[in-house]
Amino acid sequence: MNDATGMPQRVLVVGGSSDIARQILLLLARRRLVHVVLCGRDLAAMEEVAGELRRVGVSRAECLSLDLTEPGGLGELAEEATERLGEVDLALFSAGELGSAELEELDAARVSQMVASNFSGQAAIALELAKGLLRQGSGRLVFISSVAGVRVRRANFVYGAAKAGLDSFAIGLSEALRGTGVGVMIVRPGFVRTKMTAGLPAAPFSVGPQEVAAAVLAGLEEGREVVWVPAPLRLVFGLLRLLPQALWRRLPG
Amino acid sequence: MSLAEERQLLAGWGRAGKSAARLVSPSCTQEAEKVLAALGNEGGRPAIARGLGRSYGDAAQCGGGTVIDCRGLTAPFEISPSGLCRAGGGLSIDSLLERAVPAGWFVPVTPGTRQVTVGGAIASDVHGKNHHVDGAFAAHLRRLELVAPTGRILCGPEDPAFAASCGGMGLTGVITEATFQLIPIESSRIKVETERAGDLDACMALLAERAEEHRYSVAWVDGLAGGRKLGRSVVTRGDHARPAELPAGAAKDPLAYRPRQRFRAPLAPPLSPLSPATIALMNEVWYRKAPRTSKTSFESIASFFHPLDAVGDWNLLYGTRGFIQYQYVVPFGAEEVVRDSLERLGRAGHPPYLVVLKTFGPPGQGHLSFPREGWTLALDLPLGRAGLAEVLDGLDELVAEAGGRVYLTKDSRLRPELLEQMYPRLPAWREEARRLDPDGIMSSDLDRRLGLRRSPEKKALGK
Repeated sequence: MNDATGMPQRVLVVGGSSDIARQILLLLARRRLVHVVLCGRDLAAMEEVAGELRRVGVSRAECLSLDLTEPGGLGELAEEATERLGEVDLALFSAGELGSAELEELDAARVSQMVASNFSGQAAIALELAKGLLRQGSGRLVFISSVAGVRVRRANFVYGAAKAGLDSFAIGLSEALRGTGVGVMIVRPGFVRTKMTAGLPAAPFSVGPQEVAAAVLAGLEEGREVVWVPAPLRLVFGLLRLLPQALWRRLPG
Repeated sequence: MSLAEERQLLAGWGRAGKSAARLVSPSCTQEAEKVLAALGNEGGRPAIARGLGRSYGDAAQCGGGTVIDCRGLTAPFEISPSGLCRAGGGLSIDSLLERAVPAGWFVPVTPGTRQVTVGGAIASDVHGKNHHVDGAFAAHLRRLELVAPTGRILCGPEDPAFAASCGGMGLTGVITEATFQLIPIESSRIKVETERAGDLDACMALLAERAEEHRYSVAWVDGLAGGRKLGRSVVTRGDHARPAELPAGAAKDPLAYRPRQRFRAPLAPPLSPLSPATIALMNEVWYRKAPRTSKTSFESIASFFHPLDAVGDWNLLYGTRGFIQYQYVVPFGAEEVVRDSLERLGRAGHPPYLVVLKTFGPPGQGHLSFPREGWTLALDLPLGRAGLAEVLDGLDELVAEAGGRVYLTKDSRLRPELLEQMYPRLPAWREEARRLDPDGIMSSDLDRRLGLRRSPEKKALGK
């Protein structure tokens, strides 16, 4: 169960080796977390996170192999993870792959794969899980979106477009679930210094994964539907969204 | 009998942590029995009884399962010449008082609202301002009728099912009927002595001194006053007035009883009108209005026992995010826990909006009954600002270390790993609950969250 302060006991993570997910789980472990199922591609990295969680008092932390680009297995994975947890209080969608935005590096297969891992694969699992949470009568879905999807830029447009898809899907799902006891929270971080962005120059308002995690926990406790990290990005992107494309194109960073 | 599939989103009085469940509404004991039998046949789907929804937390909700709405179980309702009351589990204290008071009877124990059912009062083993002399509700209970998943039983104080059901949070079955002793009253007025106390020590001294001399006593504490004023409060002590004591107007019709609801909150405002600033202002006025030295006045039953009932749906005033009521009891000698709680909440920027302090007498029979000898502090805390979870987790630890416990009826967030320490009779309760409900049909969100019926996955203590 989630308690009145929004703290879950059983958590399912899609994108289980993400730095942001790891920090969120470490904070949840200080409160009510007892059982977590990590799903993702990198089993070795997830096992490491699972071990760390067990060491800080989470009684069960397991890993499941997941390939978001294989649409066939997604429904089964949702089922398997739900069965292991018994109840899903919170499902966290934190898979992300920055990939490339260079036309010569991209092809049909690469684009399909990036869209699947950032958007469609996660949306497919989210839908199956949402139905489970509906039967349960309560629960929460948390999507790690990105400001890259709020207004798409040349520099990461495939990633940004996929995140825009995920963000919009989450908004729609949230409307579909209104009044059911199942909630949705969308997290829109700016530039986060993680292994995904390693080597890239940090953009203004850049944050670490710990700051994202702290904002997510505050959002859960405050019952928010949208969380910007850092908070001023809400205003910044409110304005940036209105910029003419000719100006937007010229912005540095 | 098959049960229809109609979902409803339910919350406790604090309006946080909602969950959707199927609602069924039996109108008599036989129907309640049929509901439980049908649930048994369905296999595996849990159910819990719900009365008027005044539990602050998630005790009367059951996400994905079935909630048995007991408000229709109002029959029977009889008061014998000796004041023995036989009432349906769904009868409200409100309806009960409407008939009992003009006849010269009063409930042995009333919580701060009369909008609770008899079944709920037993399942929570509610207490009132008289716990230090009269104990909790179950102490006055002669018999109860329980529809458990294993069948209907009648039990009295000597039966194991009685100790498991009183304060048992509805997890042994549906309480469909009860017989309990009312107390005789000669008037519907309370003779109240009001006095203010400048700080926590003064407040505790007033509550503790000559405690037995007054049947009812309670302190309203200013939760926003800190520093030297920490714990400043208004202490009220009362007794049922004799007609001879009443002022002329009231003496004409000493048993007159006309409780009124003056206002109703129409909907939860998007921005709560309650804030530390408005509460501080209201508290200041309330404190200053109270007399420096003891002053006697006469109050109606409604204004003395159920002041908040005058505003219907007052819980909506906390806004859309709702609130938590955190109530605990710590033994006498652990006064520092009370001080520490107020200080920590103030420091963390989460001052309680409503604070009530009183003393408890010895515990009753119920295995999970909340009261025990000591100080009980109830704190109303608005939700919606991060940081409260951490402060309350810290308070849980303080309370447990002092040998105290948190009240399950109010709870919506307790640290599950402290449950057994706070409720040492949990193993005995679990055994009896298992006997009455071997298939685990009775369950609630509270039960699942804390692992009341079965011990949850162990989580290491500490940070």
